[in-house]
Amino acid sequence: MKLYELSIKEIAELYRKGETTPGQVVDGLLRRIEQLNPKLNAFLSVDREHIADQVQNAERMLKRHDASPLCGIPIAVKDIFATNGIRTTCASKILENFIPPYDATVIKKLKAAGVVIIGKTNMDEFAMGSSTETSYFGPTRNPWSPDTVPGGSSGGSASAVASDMAFGALGTDTGGSIRQPAALCGIVGLKPTYGRVSRYGMIAFASSLDQGGTMTKTVYDSALLLETIAGFDPKDSTSADRPVEPFTNLLSSGLNNVAIGVPEEYFIEGMDGDVQRAVTQAIDTMKKLGAKIVKISLPHTKYAVAVYYILASSEASSNLARYDGVRYGYRSEQAQNLIDMYKNTRAQGFGREVKRRIMLGTFALSAGYYSAFYGKAQKARRLITDDFNNAFSTCDIILAPTSPTPAFKLGSKLDDPLKMYLSDIFTIPLNLAGLPGVSVPCGFTDSGLPVGMQLIGKQFDERTILNAAHAYEREMQWFKKKPEIH
Amino acid sequence: MAEKINIDVKKVAELARLEFTGDELKVFSVQFQAILEYISQIDELELDNVEPMASPLPGPQRLRPDTLETDVSLTHGTTQEMAVSNAPKSKDGFFVVPKVIEQ
Repeated sequence: MKLYELSIKEIAELYRKGETTPGQVVDGLLRRIEQLNPKLNAFLSVDREHIADQVQNAERMLKRHDASPLCGIPIAVKDIFATNGIRTTCASKILENFIPPYDATVIKKLKAAGVVIIGKTNMDEFAMGSSTETSYFGPTRNPWSPDTVPGGSSGGSASAVASDMAFGALGTDTGGSIRQPAALCGIVGLKPTYGRVSRYGMIAFASSLDQGGTMTKTVYDSALLLETIAGFDPKDSTSADRPVEPFTNLLSSGLNNVAIGVPEEYFIEGMDGDVQRAVTQAIDTMKKLGAKIVKISLPHTKYAVAVYYILASSEASSNLARYDGVRYGYRSEQAQNLIDMYKNTRAQGFGREVKRRIMLGTFALSAGYYSAFYGKAQKARRLITDDFNNAFSTCDIILAPTSPTPAFKLGSKLDDPLKMYLSDIFTIPLNLAGLPGVSVPCGFTDSGLPVGMQLIGKQFDERTILNAAHAYEREMQWFKKKPEIH
Repeated sequence: MAEKINIDVKKVAELARLEFTGDELKVFSVQFQAILEYISQIDELELDNVEPMASPLPGPQRLRPDTLETDVSLTHGTTQEMAVSNAPKSKDGFFVVPKVIEQ
């Protein structure tokens, strides 16, 4: 077993036994990144100078007995989180040369724990996409099959963790951007409850939906990372003032008396047969582990994608107004007056998908259409949320597929935005309702691509979904299978 | 399903401070129409007595007191130099923009 194949928990144990050091682990990882990243394009930047400083710091911290279990662990970070002194692009030309003068709150927390930030990962431009193909810096590839996408928008983080180029990663999830790539790359992806993790320093896409979270090899590692990055932040007005539970200590293996709801609307026609089979088998496993399976209905599911695209695009059109070529980012030089400077800067600086969503959002918010689109979507959001509240009166967790298909071929949905949007049909409803969800590997298709299932919890009840995911993972151990990368 | 909406794509682009070439506009208009038709399915819903939902968190957003922050760890020790360090064009610690007011 190579060091890079281990989990965070295992590396942390080796540090404590004195069997390896952050320096050794990081060196091994940097060699692996050198070898694999040209093939996968998971990392946009790997800053060796900063890494060396952080390794030194971690080795010093580890000598103390109270060092965090994350001390000295190399973690990758989606290039949407501001990192002091390290280029942060959001995979957009408009931020190609942006060097933040500050750290996002979650980055501050990771650094305080002694984490080594191993690199910034590729993503769909401004997190708008489900395949990591809209990145200005070219697509990321799926380690399980290089002609398929890793999912998105946190595809770089997913690909890096699945290929053992990082022990874990941070991602963000606005409509499934942590869970869907986690499913497509065969790793664990946790989107916490809205408000659980600070959004300060996380470049905004749709502020009422965006949430940072974790992507790891095991459920335990996700619980560990969540413990570290969660918590109240006065600098984020939507941050929830809730105590952070010791999620790792609360992981137990039993599912007795846990009621798992299975929504009929999530097993739709057109769903991939292998995905359906894998998720159905996972339901049986949960039953075997002691869970009670109940049928539930989430009747407004079919409207979720429409509601999401109206609301997310509207919020994006407002959030992305800040890219005006004045204070930071790209500026077009071919303009005589201010308005032309704005237009040229934005026309040249944003990619096609970002422009599409700004246009859709601007339209949905414009005079004469506001109540027909944005207003109605806000009301429909309530109905979708009520569906979940009703369902949770009869169950503790909801189980569903994470994505209707396994990883799809590069380019296969790029020219059909609507088809791409429907990739997120099972993940979007949670963001609308602000609920936590974790995607866990639950098998493989006949052609060897990973399949993920999603466990959805009540608001702020990450504990129950992490417990169930942990119990399932212990039983099946899908994480032991690794991709062969040629 | 709503009747076909005639969108003035050029006007929306103007509002969004975006610009498209003729070809881009053509492709875009077709995609835009398909997306609009899809999202118009929310018209089927009975929404008259439904309270709009702006955020998953209950209640109004929390405000903090608007006071001068003197703690350097909270302001990141931001200086004027740092504030303009990412600006495409700056001079003497100010952002430079094309002339806005004609004499």
